[in-house]
Amino acid sequence: MLQNALLALEDGQIFKGKSIGINGQAKGEVVFNTSMTGYQEILTDPSYTQQIVVLTYPHIGNTGTNSVDEESGKIYASGLIIRDLALISSNWRSQMSLSDYLLAHNIIAISEIDTRALTRHLREYGALKGYIVTGDNTNEAMAVKKAQSFAGLKNMDLAKVVSTTEQYQFNQAPHSLATNKYTNPTTKKFKVVVYDYGVKKNILRMLVERGCVLTVVNAQKPAAEVLAMNPDGVFLSNGPGDPKSCNYAIDNIKTLLEKNLPIFGICLGHQLLSLASGAKTKKMKFGHHGANHPVQDLQTKQVMITSQNHGFAVAEENLGKHLKITHRSLFDNSIQGVSVIAKKAFGFQGHPEASPGPHDMSALFDTFITEMKK
Amino acid sequence: MPKRQDLKDILIIGAGPIVIGQGCEFDYSGAQACSALREEGYRVILVNSNPATIMTDPQMADATYIEPIEWRTVERIIAVEKPDALLPTMGGQTALNCALDLERHGILKKYNVEMIGAKKTAIDKAEDRDLFRAAMLKIGLDMPKAAVAHNLEDAHRIQEEVGFPTIIRPSFTMGGSGGGIAYNKQEFVEICERGLDLSPTNELLIEESILGWKEFEMEVVRDSKDNCIIICSIENFDPMGIHTGDSITIAPAQTLTDKEYQVMRNASLAVLREIGVDTGGSNVQFAVNPKDGRLNIIEMNPRVSRSSALASKATGFPIAKIAAKLAVGYTLDELGNDITGGKTPASFEPSIDYVVTKIPRFAFEKFTSADARLTTQMKSVGEVMAIASTFQESLQKALRSLETDKSGLDPIMDLSAADARNKIRSECIGAHAQRIFYLADAFRLGMSLKEVFDLSKIDPWFLAQIKDIVTTEKQTNGTHVSDVDAEQMFDLKRKGFSDARLAHLFCCSESSVRERRKALGIKPVFKRVDSCAGEFDTQTAYLYSTYQQQCESKPTNRKKIMILGGGPNRIGQGIEFDYCCVHASLALRADGFETIMVNCNPETVSTDYDISDRLYFEPLTLEDVLAVIEIENPHGIIVHYGGQTPLKLATALEKAGANIIGTSPDAIDLAEDRARFSKMLQDLDLQQPLNGTANSPEQARAIADAIGFPLVVRPSYVLGGRAMEIVYDKDSLDHYMHTAVQVSNDSPVLLDSFLDHAIEVDIDVICDGKDVVIGGIMQHIEPAGIHSGDSACSLPPYSLSTDVLDKMRAQVIAMAKRLNVIGLMNAQLAYQDNEIYVIEVNPRASRTVPFVSKAIGVPIANIAARVMLGSSLKQQGFLNEITPQHFSVKEAVFPFNKFLGVDPILGPEMRSTGEVMGIGDNFASAFDKAQLAAGGRAPENGRVFVSLRKLDRNDLVDLGKRLDKQGFSLVATRSNKEALTAAGLECEMVNKVSEGSPHIIDMIKNDNIDLIINSTEDMQGAEDSAEIRRQALVHKVVCTTTVAAAFAMLDGLKSDSKIKVRSLQSITSKGA
Repeated sequence: MLQNALLALEDGQIFKGKSIGINGQAKGEVVFNTSMTGYQEILTDPSYTQQIVVLTYPHIGNTGTNSVDEESGKIYASGLIIRDLALISSNWRSQMSLSDYLLAHNIIAISEIDTRALTRHLREYGALKGYIVTGDNTNEAMAVKKAQSFAGLKNMDLAKVVSTTEQYQFNQAPHSLATNKYTNPTTKKFKVVVYDYGVKKNILRMLVERGCVLTVVNAQKPAAEVLAMNPDGVFLSNGPGDPKSCNYAIDNIKTLLEKNLPIFGICLGHQLLSLASGAKTKKMKFGHHGANHPVQDLQTKQVMITSQNHGFAVAEENLGKHLKITHRSLFDNSIQGVSVIAKKAFGFQGHPEASPGPHDMSALFDTFITEMKK
Repeated sequence: MPKRQDLKDILIIGAGPIVIGQGCEFDYSGAQACSALREEGYRVILVNSNPATIMTDPQMADATYIEPIEWRTVERIIAVEKPDALLPTMGGQTALNCALDLERHGILKKYNVEMIGAKKTAIDKAEDRDLFRAAMLKIGLDMPKAAVAHNLEDAHRIQEEVGFPTIIRPSFTMGGSGGGIAYNKQEFVEICERGLDLSPTNELLIEESILGWKEFEMEVVRDSKDNCIIICSIENFDPMGIHTGDSITIAPAQTLTDKEYQVMRNASLAVLREIGVDTGGSNVQFAVNPKDGRLNIIEMNPRVSRSSALASKATGFPIAKIAAKLAVGYTLDELGNDITGGKTPASFEPSIDYVVTKIPRFAFEKFTSADARLTTQMKSVGEVMAIASTFQESLQKALRSLETDKSGLDPIMDLSAADARNKIRSECIGAHAQRIFYLADAFRLGMSLKEVFDLSKIDPWFLAQIKDIVTTEKQTNGTHVSDVDAEQMFDLKRKGFSDARLAHLFCCSESSVRERRKALGIKPVFKRVDSCAGEFDTQTAYLYSTYQQQCESKPTNRKKIMILGGGPNRIGQGIEFDYCCVHASLALRADGFETIMVNCNPETVSTDYDISDRLYFEPLTLEDVLAVIEIENPHGIIVHYGGQTPLKLATALEKAGANIIGTSPDAIDLAEDRARFSKMLQDLDLQQPLNGTANSPEQARAIADAIGFPLVVRPSYVLGGRAMEIVYDKDSLDHYMHTAVQVSNDSPVLLDSFLDHAIEVDIDVICDGKDVVIGGIMQHIEPAGIHSGDSACSLPPYSLSTDVLDKMRAQVIAMAKRLNVIGLMNAQLAYQDNEIYVIEVNPRASRTVPFVSKAIGVPIANIAARVMLGSSLKQQGFLNEITPQHFSVKEAVFPFNKFLGVDPILGPEMRSTGEVMGIGDNFASAFDKAQLAAGGRAPENGRVFVSLRKLDRNDLVDLGKRLDKQGFSLVATRSNKEALTAAGLECEMVNKVSEGSPHIIDMIKNDNIDLIINSTEDMQGAEDSAEIRRQALVHKVVCTTTVAAAFAMLDGLKSDSKIKVRSLQSITSKGA
């Protein structure tokens, strides 16, 4: 029999289920993700640092886990909440079951939760602080207090926490299902420095695929040192936490902008680019986490289905005069893409690297390459 | 881009009669398309031969033509209506083929009609095997090795390249009709010959077998700006080799990683772009090798389909409605997502947070000699869908929705039998309709997951779920229901065990389980289908039950009426009942009631969340219906519109305190209980055929002695004419009693005197307790003895005298009053030798209600629903029977071409799947149109083979003369020939089969016969001539099995039906 486990929310709500990860406890901001596929990619996405993820799709673990579908070397989410854990893994690529994977990575997880009720609660009250604890006879009031004791993500600089300490080269191109091998990039044309605020591997792979030679650097690496590397372009990665707390990054980006280098930012990188260009960011009610978000290219009017994972966004108000809005969400009209006027810099709020999610936006990587060709 | 202003009038082609492979999902899509386009201000012209559809209701389109879907007829409609555009993607393969015919014959060009939604080139590219293959290879997608053959020689050559087993798919046939899997040369030749014949282009695809690969479908929508979205992915439980329409399917896909899913998504979009589907919905099918993930594309449909209807219901995204709007120029971002109240645009991909299971419903019991193995040719006649929180819950809900006497994953065989293991092994390999139950039995027998997988190739993920259900049920062993605690009960319910199934497991009654469960405080909650996994709020009450914590049903305090639907389509209970349910809902909604629909059939209009205020997508079992009643507490419940399904719940619901409105359950029982009903008829001084009830073969013979032969015999416990036969002598009676039925005290056999040569009549009436108004009197063309659902009929009657009709009216009115009917009632009467007999009375909506409504121009289901709510016929101003000036003929449509080998003779057991309607100035022209619409119109001349039974011999000469006059040359076997020659008619003689070659079968095979008129005496006679009818079917020779139909057909051939088309609206405006 599985052990009991419960989730307490800061507003006193309690959800009871069964423990499917390690025994213990975890705190974090509880967010829901509506993607029906890609639980392994989600768990290993560094942007979920200090977040407890609720997956709305009921059956999780169906295809097990494998080394190819990891977006980083570990699970970053602080906890996982699902409705039903697969009885077995069934997929030709599966190497380990999800529950073994959770145990191997020391992660707390609960199943048999009414995840729809929880999701609707979060939709109503916004992302909430939560606390998961395993075992019987848990003191619920205490658990709620623990939830409340979580510091929250507002004003939290987590990019520097998750960033690589060692600078490294990355040269792995995307994996091909047809051959079950990593592909080989054909060209090696562009020197690109990647600021790692919590980068997902698939971003790196897609850059390599397009002929980029990548040097991944720490989030706090001074711009001058980056410029000294004489890159053709700079990439600003995704990552966790509140963008406006990353002053070092904002300052560095300002410097880079002055040099008019091609710059491409994704998610947190996009928010930092916007902040560096004079815009403001804000915490969203419950954010965007899913793989079905329609985003419109304001110029072509084309609608793309995108992968999203963010709790902060660039604010509409006081955007400043340096930014042009290029993309908007058709769910809530929020800003999804910007370009810096008269510069070769642009950012996208969603995840063109998908993983998980649709590939509709992958052309943005080509845009970055085009900018570097100019 | 906003909608196009250059279009004003748009023609929509429907799908015609319900047949296997084309069910009422096209009424759902067509009705949505009609409303969507009218909402945009377009004038909609509709052609559909199927009167049982909601889409052919006169208020659904501006001009509604219930006319044959055949290009010449449609040309006449185009000539009258002058549409600017034709939308061919809403009516299945029928509509696409008709549109292509119109294009091919230059009609569209001639009248300057633009095809919207899909262009000819796109349709060709998707449907033509060679073009499709080339297109797929061009975009880098793999397909199974295959090539196209136009003759047997080609076929053999290709077969050698692809090896056995070989898949054979004829081009341009619906539901894969005529296709199959060949394991050896002989099967290969058989299937190829059949396929070449059935394919309108004489084209076959001979294909490498990828049996055992996993099968997936993607439902895609694209707009004119190349915005593409996936509405839903569907995974087939049954691997490749079984038609997707016959497979259990699950939405969304369960066993794909994100990487695999996205590759499939990209491929789907690439397919749509390459095929050139400019706007609208399409379905793309894939196979995946479970060993290495290799992806193959199987086919695509450039139109809405059965799967898109399923995807719409599974996600809450109305594909057909959106596709119709895209066809007139809108783009996805300009349209709202209705289910979230338009807060979000239609340009997104639904995310669902539940599991949907669809299970097909078969009717093999009606076609006992058919090959019941599931193959690439579709054989199911309906389907159910269930929504729940987990696969197990959803599977078990779907299983009990089927109404096949299963309460879940019930055991199907005696595991202690000596050959149990072998039987199970073979059932796991060669799938039949019941495979799912054998899988569970395999685990009950202790077989391992690997062993079951090796046999079935069903993904282990699903098998593990089934195994777990079996393990869970084992844990209940020896537990007394009163010892079950809340945790165990919740766990069982969460896995989808019904109270009825638990009653088996706990060896107690269903009500004890329910009592215990309620005592433990365990009841289902209701959650909403919202297309967005809870991310946005929805006011749309599209609900499903599940065992979880939070209930979202939020019932209102309005005055509400609950309507119970008809469940899965099956032979005998189909779209007609859904039509009635929809009418009840629309009428009562208009009157200010809140309407609540409960149904589990994803093909239907009734399960469109727009139709009723609230939709509960639930099985129609006592447990599930009671759960909805408890949460909603409706003012009244209508059980009379969904056929037998809800009717059989009536008494139990009433006992549980529910308020059944309209005709009382007691009156229903009075009409159904033989003894009570006979007594009532005696009291009313009406007669019924002499009858008796036998509990043993001996009793049966005694009754036969008293009544005399011929007799109609049938078991008492089945409906719809199941196992019903006509016996002419003692031997056949004995044979029937000993072999056809298991007779006992619990299940007696009913015997009725058979009224040979009687004219049968169907009458639908509405009664409000005070007044009774006749809706319509339908005279059957086929004589009594042919199931009323299989007989053609005419409204008004075409040969009965006013005097007889008045007597019938009086009888029916008397019965309605006596039964105290409040609402609809249907009566079947027979007229023989100046006597009227009551065959059957059903105080509920009948199969003929939509036909009657269209024929008389008054929606009687609508009026009757209001009657049930207390609005009298007088108040509604409907007090007089309408006798239209024109004639309407209904003709039945049969699935015999899917069950080759079955004798296509008509009899007391219903076997038709659908119906068409023909409208004309006189009976003859209406009949002829109905024949054309049903696809069985006789040629105008040629060689006719006439073979009449002794009882019909009086008609032989008359028939011969008329055939001769029409221009046919006669062919007959000896005795018929002699009679014809004696009357001075020229007639060629042909051998019976027993007399040796060359005989009649040879003539049919050599295409020397153009028409067959063949009536038979008894079982033996029918068996002797069965091969004639089978061959007629194979060689597409029109074959009529009653003399009455032959005369009607001859009348029809002389009529003016080929000239005149008329819209329902023009008939009504002229006044009836």
